[in-house]
Amino acid sequence: MLTLERIEIRQPSFRLDADFSVSTGLITALIGPSGAGKSSLLSIIGGFYTPASGRVLWNNSDISVLAPGARPCATLFQDNNLFPHLTVAANVGMALTTDMRLTPAQSEQVTAALSQVGLADMGRRKPATLSGGQQARAALARALLQDRPLVLLDEPFSALGPALKAEMLDLVRETLAAAGRTVLMVTHDPADALRIADEILFVADGTVTGPHPTRELLDDPPPALRTYLGAK
Amino acid sequence: MARGSRPLIFPKWPSVAAAALVLFLVLGTLLAVLWRAEGSLSLAAADLAAIRFTISQAIVSAVLSVGLAIPVARALARRQFRGRALFVTLLGAPFILPVIVAIIGLLAVFGRGGLVNAVTDALGLPSLQIYGFQGVVLAHVFFNLPLATRFLLQGWLSIPSERFRLAESLNAPVFRVLEWPMLRAVVPGALLAVFLICLTSFAVALTLGGGPRATTVELAIYQAIRFDFDLGKAAVLSIVQLTLCAAAVLAATTLAIPEGFGAGLDRSTPRWDGQTRAARIRDGLVITLAALFLLVPLAMIVLRGLPGLTSLPPSVWEAAIRSIAVALCATALTLLLAFALATQQGRALTLIGNLPLATSSLVVGTGLFVIVYGFVSPTRIALGVTVLLNAVMSLPFVLRILLPEIERVETDFGRLADSLRLTGWRRLRWLYLPRLRRPVGFAAGLSAALSMGDLGVIALFATDRQETLPLAMYRLMGAYRMEAAASAALVLVALSLLLFWVFDRGGRVDADA
Repeated sequence: MLTLERIEIRQPSFRLDADFSVSTGLITALIGPSGAGKSSLLSIIGGFYTPASGRVLWNNSDISVLAPGARPCATLFQDNNLFPHLTVAANVGMALTTDMRLTPAQSEQVTAALSQVGLADMGRRKPATLSGGQQARAALARALLQDRPLVLLDEPFSALGPALKAEMLDLVRETLAAAGRTVLMVTHDPADALRIADEILFVADGTVTGPHPTRELLDDPPPALRTYLGAK
Repeated sequence: MARGSRPLIFPKWPSVAAAALVLFLVLGTLLAVLWRAEGSLSLAAADLAAIRFTISQAIVSAVLSVGLAIPVARALARRQFRGRALFVTLLGAPFILPVIVAIIGLLAVFGRGGLVNAVTDALGLPSLQIYGFQGVVLAHVFFNLPLATRFLLQGWLSIPSERFRLAESLNAPVFRVLEWPMLRAVVPGALLAVFLICLTSFAVALTLGGGPRATTVELAIYQAIRFDFDLGKAAVLSIVQLTLCAAAVLAATTLAIPEGFGAGLDRSTPRWDGQTRAARIRDGLVITLAALFLLVPLAMIVLRGLPGLTSLPPSVWEAAIRSIAVALCATALTLLLAFALATQQGRALTLIGNLPLATSSLVVGTGLFVIVYGFVSPTRIALGVTVLLNAVMSLPFVLRILLPEIERVETDFGRLADSLRLTGWRRLRWLYLPRLRRPVGFAAGLSAALSMGDLGVIALFATDRQETLPLAMYRLMGAYRMEAAASAALVLVALSLLLFWVFDRGGRVDADA
């Protein structure tokens, strides 16, 4: 279980309080207007941003003191998820070892992960020769291989077209969620949440509400969420 | 947004070691010099004359370089012509042109048997005297006019084209409303940068100065050690030199010093003013004169150097090989130091990286001389000391190129690397080096060329067996073997440019976007 305990972000023109828990093995969507602090919350969990106060707990142990690489999280950022100077296989292989020397067994794991996301035979190419969707798949393959129970998606598919994005979301469900990972994804589109999320955290007006089961919440949204979603 | 802090990513010791080395070389050597001076910190009349000369030539050189650069930069900013890009690139060349090579070219044009005096003699006019104050200033203007022109051109190009359009539509005087305010912001920094360069200039004073009337502090240090073997005097002068530089650098921190090697100067802003026939002719004349002033001496190096190229004494080729080795070692060391310092952040480290700007290699050389004297013969370690000094002296330039690029890589890929636990050597190997190939190549080329052409501390220590190519050239000139010196100059400039080209090119080939 992931817990954000009395987290406070205090900036001159921005503040956010968060105090919630997310159950293991679920896909949880963080939705809310842009600038509400969705990405900041992921950064706090990932260890890239230190809040004014509060702790982040994973299975009741405090991970806020750990460096980003030592936390149980794999992150897919909005962009720059692959090193452009390394091949796709080398990028994915970074999940297993960062010294660039894969054992034969590890190489096989990389190949398997690549074919799982539909990128078989693409391992030797450089990221620049891949389409946006393929790059997202490569990043997903790496997250799959990373031995991290928590996966943070910071709108990595936002640059893709609607069909491609839906395809990637399904792939997240089929691969990461099926492997038992706990997934937190930032989105501003309730349709994304409806498509794959079990629960929703609503981030707006300096607070986080939820998590609530997706369908229940979207079928009968509270006033603030109703305003965000707009009249139907 | 704050990233994971760097101490977690890189171990601290490399930056501490690099900082310690720089501090030792800049400040430790000074302490050694102070200790050696044994309290006899007094200045003789000749020393005061050297201080006066150092400051006055630096002021005159700065004012002339920047003053002359204003019309050149203005002409370049508002004219588009064939070869403009090439000319702007050429303006960057003096930075890596070995000083002693340029001197040969200037002597061929302005010297006793040079082109200018051939004309004045034929016309029965008094001949031009290149040695002394005017010669030192001439050489400094030759080096710094291009630099100042690039500074100012950057200023001109920073004025948005829309402003010129607006001024034109309002019929406002372009100079008063646009160019003058820009110049007022840029000129002080340019003046100070040139002043600082001229303050620490040694090779120019060594070759064109000398004597009681044209001795810089640096030259006086050299003479005190080399001829009088008076370490106490050298110590006092070292302190004077360091004080002068530190004062200038401190003054510089209050001004924004423009960047000399910026890209993007190969464009001109569309302009509506200055399109009259007279203005066009004036600009053309200014550019032509500037080009002649820069190109004729360079052409003379080639013309005078080519004939003797095959009959160069073997010692010159040996010196050339020594110089290449020194340049390569110094380049490797300076990159090592730069990366070691760059792995940690903080004002202290930035300050230490810029410290070499405030010192002179002669001062550091004197300090090392004082320290090793009595243990080993200074000639035995002459080349090693030269490597060390060249590496440290080019460190500020290398850092200025690399630091912003490292910041960019961290902004783009720092979080990804953090989350993959790409730390220490692996982050350097798999993230920094591949992403930084271009700037590293450029910085290495610059550092190699600077080291290749350096005539400084080596002149203090070396015998024939440690001669570098610039020193061999200087000794040929001293022996009035001008043809051999010119050929050696050609070899030197060719090697410097080759080293620069190889490194710079190496960084570009195959670099992933």
